[in-house]
Amino acid sequence: MVSIWQLFWSFFKIGTFTIGGGYAMIPLMEKELVDRHGWLTEEEFMEILALSQTMPGIFAANMATYVGWRLRGILGAVFSVIGNILMPILIILALAMGLHYVQGNPVVEAIFKGVRPVVVALIAAPVFRMAKTANVTRYNFWIPVVAALLIWLLDVSPIWVIVATVIGGFLYGKFVEGKEATS
Amino acid sequence: MIFWKLLYTFCKIGIFNFGGGYAMLALIQNEVVEKNGWMTSAEFTDIVATSQITPGPIGINVATYAGYTAVINAGYDPAFAVFGAFLSSFSVILLPFIAMLVVGRYLMRHKDNPIVQTVLSYLKLAVVGLIAAAALLLVNPETFGTFAESPLQLFLSIALFAAAFFASLKWKTSPILLIVLAGVVGFVVYYL
Repeated sequence: MVSIWQLFWSFFKIGTFTIGGGYAMIPLMEKELVDRHGWLTEEEFMEILALSQTMPGIFAANMATYVGWRLRGILGAVFSVIGNILMPILIILALAMGLHYVQGNPVVEAIFKGVRPVVVALIAAPVFRMAKTANVTRYNFWIPVVAALLIWLLDVSPIWVIVATVIGGFLYGKFVEGKEATS
Repeated sequence: MIFWKLLYTFCKIGIFNFGGGYAMLALIQNEVVEKNGWMTSAEFTDIVATSQITPGPIGINVATYAGYTAVINAGYDPAFAVFGAFLSSFSVILLPFIAMLVVGRYLMRHKDNPIVQTVLSYLKLAVVGLIAAAALLLVNPETFGTFAESPLQLFLSIALFAAAFFASLKWKTSPILLIVLAGVVGFVVYYL
């Protein structure tokens, strides 16, 4: 049986050595969980991956939760998640402490002045990539447009946009598509 | 009290996040910058940049930073701020953690249900809008500069934005490389 420390250590490594967000962790997770330890089959891994993307929350933490739970129950889930996010927390904590000292430092300010517009570009680019995978067509493109305008110009909380989408999608699926399927 | 507020806010951010780190940014921006004023728009952008070149999910990185800063700004000692950072980070994953354990198995069995599929396909569409909003909200004087204050900064910002946007979309250039290059440009132009 897998020990909880082994789980902790595996997810600690995965969390420490992937730069650039949760999805960057996928190849390392696969290598560690499927190839190296054989804790999951390739098929199980893909299933948990799909589930973690579907559920709300942070993708990498969701993965760690479910894998830990599958292998060692609740305790396994707790240790896997903590292992996964411990190093990122400590690193940002150290940086936050440091940044409070260098705030207003002209070198740091000059660097960030150059970086800020690039960050905006890095957020804007996935919009166009994701529009393809989300199957945006001329019939449904009003959904992302309205969502963006509500949040951007009318200060509507993204929470309400999510809630409205879930309710709307449920009603449409149940009453419109459901009827089409039976008639 | 600041600690309850952090717990509540980051629980909310965690459970209403669908569609990955970038989709989370609009939500975090709305709660952390606009509603609670725990950091400025520029600080938020800086922490997103930092999160791209350090390990860990963007949501955890921002929660840690916001937790620390919010407690310091409320006038507490750094020791309490460290607690605030951990509290915020754990709050983000708390409700999804419970949801994964309670609903995960159930959803795994019903993932092919047509209603679940319809809801998910609409969520994907809304998430595209959420990310667009996150980008649009960050196009402001704090991140791009103003013409009145420095025409050079505004023009350079637009050029850097366009170059990074193009490189990221066309050549899938690594975000780390783009951020480091922009940092070098910033240092050379604005400091030297």
